[in-house]
Amino acid sequence: MTVRGFSFSAPFFKPDVPFMKSLGSTRRSFTPWLDADAKPYISFQNVTKKFGDFVAVDNLTLNIYEREFYSLLGPSGCGKTTLLRMLAGFEEPSSGEIFLDGVSLKGVPPHKRPVNMMFQSYALFPHMSVRDNIAFGLKQAGIAKAQITERVDAILKLVKLEEFAKRKPDQLSGGQRQRVALARSVVLRPKLLLLDEPLGALDKKLREETQFELMDLQQDLGLTFMIVTHDQEEAMTMSDRIAVMDKGTVIQTGTPAEIYEAPNSRYVADFIGTVNTFEGKVVEKTDKMTTLLGNDGFTIEAVTTDRSALTKDKMAWFSIRPEKIKVSRKKPEKQTNAVEGEIWDIGYLGDMTLFNVKLDSGTIMRASVLNAKRTVDDPIGYEDRVWLSFDPDAGIVLER
Amino acid sequence: MGSFFKRITIGLPYFWLCILFLLPFLIVLRVAFSEPVLAMPPFAPQFDLSEGWQGFVQSVSQFTTYNFQFVFEDSLYTNAYLSSLRIALISTLLTLAIGFPLAYGMARSPMTIRPILLMLVILPFWTSFLIRVYAWIGILKPEGLMNQFLMSVGIISTPLRIYNTEIAVYIGIVYSYLPFMVLPIYATLEKMDYSFVEAARDLGCSSIGAFWKITARLALPGVLAGCFLVFIPAIGEFVIPELLGGSQTLMIGKTLWSEFFNNRDWPVASTVAIILLAILVVPIVLFQNAQARATEANR
Repeated sequence: MTVRGFSFSAPFFKPDVPFMKSLGSTRRSFTPWLDADAKPYISFQNVTKKFGDFVAVDNLTLNIYEREFYSLLGPSGCGKTTLLRMLAGFEEPSSGEIFLDGVSLKGVPPHKRPVNMMFQSYALFPHMSVRDNIAFGLKQAGIAKAQITERVDAILKLVKLEEFAKRKPDQLSGGQRQRVALARSVVLRPKLLLLDEPLGALDKKLREETQFELMDLQQDLGLTFMIVTHDQEEAMTMSDRIAVMDKGTVIQTGTPAEIYEAPNSRYVADFIGTVNTFEGKVVEKTDKMTTLLGNDGFTIEAVTTDRSALTKDKMAWFSIRPEKIKVSRKKPEKQTNAVEGEIWDIGYLGDMTLFNVKLDSGTIMRASVLNAKRTVDDPIGYEDRVWLSFDPDAGIVLER
Repeated sequence: MGSFFKRITIGLPYFWLCILFLLPFLIVLRVAFSEPVLAMPPFAPQFDLSEGWQGFVQSVSQFTTYNFQFVFEDSLYTNAYLSSLRIALISTLLTLAIGFPLAYGMARSPMTIRPILLMLVILPFWTSFLIRVYAWIGILKPEGLMNQFLMSVGIISTPLRIYNTEIAVYIGIVYSYLPFMVLPIYATLEKMDYSFVEAARDLGCSSIGAFWKITARLALPGVLAGCFLVFIPAIGEFVIPELLGGSQTLMIGKTLWSEFFNNRDWPVASTVAIILLAILVVPIVLFQNAQARATEANR
């Protein structure tokens, strides 16, 4: 089931979206959540957590499968950390129940749960050496001394910190501390590893390297990872599935590609990456195609991804990502999915160029163009009139 | 120019320490090696500077170590020292036993009420120390508030004899020095990241285990600071044993007082003070080492 490396055919078709084609490459062919018989490993059932009047987690139901790399993604205060802390046992749900491997966690204190957590601050004991920090949990478990040494040595080697065993946490760099924290939480071989913003304190380059290290580690050890992050790029890179949260509830659960290409709401579309959103009225709807008359004065034809809620004459959102928009000086042949505007801003990022185009309606639309070649014959400049166009499969119609 | 000001800023505290600490100490040391006489001041030799260097040498040659012999040989002083050490040690442990939970409770209380709690700890300092110790007489004496209350409730039938005993001294020291214990412990606990405790719990520690292995261990610098801040002044304490301890309580502060003011034997009194200082140097050096290590660790 856990094939190392990458697989390039996503083997899923969302049951309620029969028309949808495959959504790009995924990390591995691992989709237990599509298997109706698969038993969830962690199951939140109608969990609510209140702090006084504040509802941190609101009647949430969630299933996570064994060996999954699962991300909780959301802005701060959305309840994702509370969810993690309830799993670790630092908070008890106000109502509802959490099951781990079929066993209720109700009333089980943190030290009796087969769950370990990597803290956002790492929480490395400042008075202990790296070795003692890592050995702490093993000592608590009453494991024989020789075996502790063996296991600590093995994990130190895994995280490449053999030479730093005798150092105290304050004598380490941020990246080294992060690895000690990781080693300390995996050395007990927990059934489930919780990671609270594990890469939050690292600089960008180190973060990118560490993302892949974490993914490899998870597969090598065959653990279930549940990670909390507000960094969507981080979640996209590492996760098998992502739950996008807001105000204590899960808005959407899905693979990174599903979340990015088939968001179920404007909130999710806005939260992940950049998106252009237009308002429009549904003028025609078939099983295959939905036609909107946009408020910005152009007709949008989009592939139907939803069969029920949106009907004719209703107002809807149309969301499209910048990289799916073509920029040209020439007027496209098709009348629909095309709109004219003036170049308002240009951002050159190296790998791509961003164009902010001011439509005649006044709306700013963003398009990004991949710089596939080093040179451009006829570069588009400020105040140039351009046409923006896109395929019917490029954007998505969302309920208002 | 800059170096001149630099020297002044560094030099001022030294100058201050010399004038207010070193000089008085030297005078006390010199008195300790003198003989008592019926005169004003009541010790000899005096430095007669009119005879110049010769006179100085003459005076120094008259210095005697007799006072030290006397203090070491007379069991009264030895007992007073030992009794002081014992009372200070027990009081320190009692203060720690009360102060730690207090500091812990303060550090774990909601951020909004912490300043109020901190205020309450410091509040007693706003009243004179002497008056506060006096107030304890009213509480502890046989017909005092405490006995009246306990008898009216029916817990006891005859008044407890606490006033004029060592117990009253413990109560007085614990009460008076509690802030000195609470504040440094609170400071370390408040700084402590609570996620350390959660991490320990997560790694298999029970809540009691996590308390000892993490909280208590990380609070150790504060605990040490608090203990020394209570222990050092408690050894030489005079007011509390004088007012609450009665005649049976033997403490070196009281001995010192009676040598100076009742016997007017300044040389012996100075000797007692010098020996007390020598005893105190040990914990003070230990304290400073602990402090240095704590700052080192926090760096």
